[in-house]
Amino acid sequence: MLTILFDGIAYGMLLFMLACGLAVTLGLMNFVNLAHGAFAMAGGYLTAVLTNRLGVPFLASLPLAFLFAAALGAILEPTLYRRLYRRPHLDQVLFSIGLVFMAIAAVDYFFGAQQQFVRLPAFLKSRFEVGGIGIGAYRLFIIAVCGVLTIALQLTLLHTRFGSRLRAAVDDPRVAAGLGIDVNRIFLSTFAVGSGLAGLGGALGAEILGLDPTFPLKFMLYFLLVVAVGGTTTITGPLLASLLLGVADVAGKYYVPKLGAFIIYCVMIAVLMVRPQGLFARIGAR
Amino acid sequence: MKIARYLCLAALCATSLFASLPASAQETVKIGLILPMTGPFASTGRQIETAVKLYMQQKGATVAGKKIELIVKDDGGVADTTRRIAQELVLNDKVAFLAGFGLTPLALATAPIATQAKVPMIVMAAATSAITEQSPFITRTGFTLPQVTQPMAEWAAKNGIKKVVTLVTDYGPGIDAETTFKKVFTAAGGEVLDSLRVPLRNPDFAPFLQKVHDLAPNAVFVFVPSGVGSIFMKQFTERGLDKSGIRLLGTGDVTDDDILNDMGDVALGVVTTFHYSAAHPSAANKSYVEAFGKASNGMRPNFHSLGGYDGMALIYHAVEATKGSTDGEALMNAMKGYTWESPRGPISIDPATREIVQNVYVRKVERANGQLYNVEFQTIPSVKDPGKTAK
Repeated sequence: MLTILFDGIAYGMLLFMLACGLAVTLGLMNFVNLAHGAFAMAGGYLTAVLTNRLGVPFLASLPLAFLFAAALGAILEPTLYRRLYRRPHLDQVLFSIGLVFMAIAAVDYFFGAQQQFVRLPAFLKSRFEVGGIGIGAYRLFIIAVCGVLTIALQLTLLHTRFGSRLRAAVDDPRVAAGLGIDVNRIFLSTFAVGSGLAGLGGALGAEILGLDPTFPLKFMLYFLLVVAVGGTTTITGPLLASLLLGVADVAGKYYVPKLGAFIIYCVMIAVLMVRPQGLFARIGAR
Repeated sequence: MKIARYLCLAALCATSLFASLPASAQETVKIGLILPMTGPFASTGRQIETAVKLYMQQKGATVAGKKIELIVKDDGGVADTTRRIAQELVLNDKVAFLAGFGLTPLALATAPIATQAKVPMIVMAAATSAITEQSPFITRTGFTLPQVTQPMAEWAAKNGIKKVVTLVTDYGPGIDAETTFKKVFTAAGGEVLDSLRVPLRNPDFAPFLQKVHDLAPNAVFVFVPSGVGSIFMKQFTERGLDKSGIRLLGTGDVTDDDILNDMGDVALGVVTTFHYSAAHPSAANKSYVEAFGKASNGMRPNFHSLGGYDGMALIYHAVEATKGSTDGEALMNAMKGYTWESPRGPISIDPATREIVQNVYVRKVERANGQLYNVEFQTIPSVKDPGKTAK
């Protein structure tokens, strides 16, 4: 059933958009940032406020959501996150989960606990059939946006000066700094971009996943699944993992609704049994 | 050092116990209101709290010469917390009533405490049928899922709908709704093609809706918790199910008054059965909606708020009838069979099951004065809960 496949891919792409920032901070910067979802939520709420209260068109609000979440990341990285890079992972987990709760309470205070809605323009609400496959315009839009961004990310990481500096800074910050690379600035911008992507994911996902103050907690599990299955050293790993999980989830719920909720966990267990490091792991990394 | 610390703690506990003693003097009747004020179900808590406070403000805080004191506690929607808070309220604060309970598990966790302490427990929101059977001290002022589902199934069967797919969230109330709908609808000659259960923590309805689409029924019957309803509605139209002639039927949770307006036009024309709509055409309701809006910065009251408002009416009646006694059994007896007029219409407490008996209305979402409302067009009077076993 190709419609199912299509929906699965759209869902997977959305997961990827939400989780790839986490893959970057976790894999490249070796920092366990459970508060990642909070940035996604920030992006989502910004879009909701912009489109519903201020009348900004949906498409224009998307880059703003990216910038807003990125700016938030850029402020928090030097003030809060930087001091925890060298701390043990447990400290990082406790710190970031604390941030999540603060974010939830803050959003709850300002916006209330109810679901937020993002009004889509009419052309994204349509639905058409191509060769017997029912395609929702919005899901197609998600696939397109995420696809373009993925390619851009991959190219940046592998083929630009910034990408190689980043990889150098991660491999050995001291040597990199000795070679004149401003490690702090590289980490700052990477963190900001990762947060921005999450914000964009949140803005795109509000329509499909819903948006309320518990968003970061609700989807933390999905982010972690993607990162665990995909491995954290490349962009392609989490991408494939997201697609796999998205398609498995949607197809599982369609064909065996009784087991639907468990399918993705089964997939995760199966993958991790065969490849404990995730689908794509650098051998002997760390 | 450690011992000293423990001693300090013990001393603290002791003083706080003593401190709470004079407060529980005979002149006040305390009500422990336990609600999810934070977390995903906070809107339920807020609705009920506003309604309860509104009632006390309207009717005054003195009944039968006793001062009514309200203690509001937040359980965050976690059953363990609800139980702990209930225990504290009973032991330390000596409350005469436990009230609130936003979700089924929260009410179930507290039931044994109500039984042991003989403290009446008024369930204002949780809607699984079995709750009132857990303790002779439980009564309900909200609704039960079978109660509002049965009329939906009957209405569907009478209005030319032959084949239905049910789609419910996979937890207590959802399963209640599914079973009731199936039973009543098949008994009336309809056919249920498939029963889909959606996990409680479900981010995307796409696969389930696709399944509904492929089964091509006349209608899909839906129960989802109120906040999720909006996501469901959007995806329902996005998938073009409304255009392929599948009607959307549901209990009123899907078109919750609290969020109906934000759903936009996708909600138009949805038929639901429920016990309360903010658009209920009565003078009592009109003034209630207005007063509620004033007390809450323009919020629209939803069905949960009514559970709180009528719960207070029931408590006031019980305290009045027992002349201010705080004896649990006397209070329960006073509540059984009480009949009164609520903003939602006439309601009463069934003396046999301690369950609320109320009118259920068939409604359709329409636009009035630029806002979306559930407009009632048919009334099924005095519906008892059909979910009670062997009744």
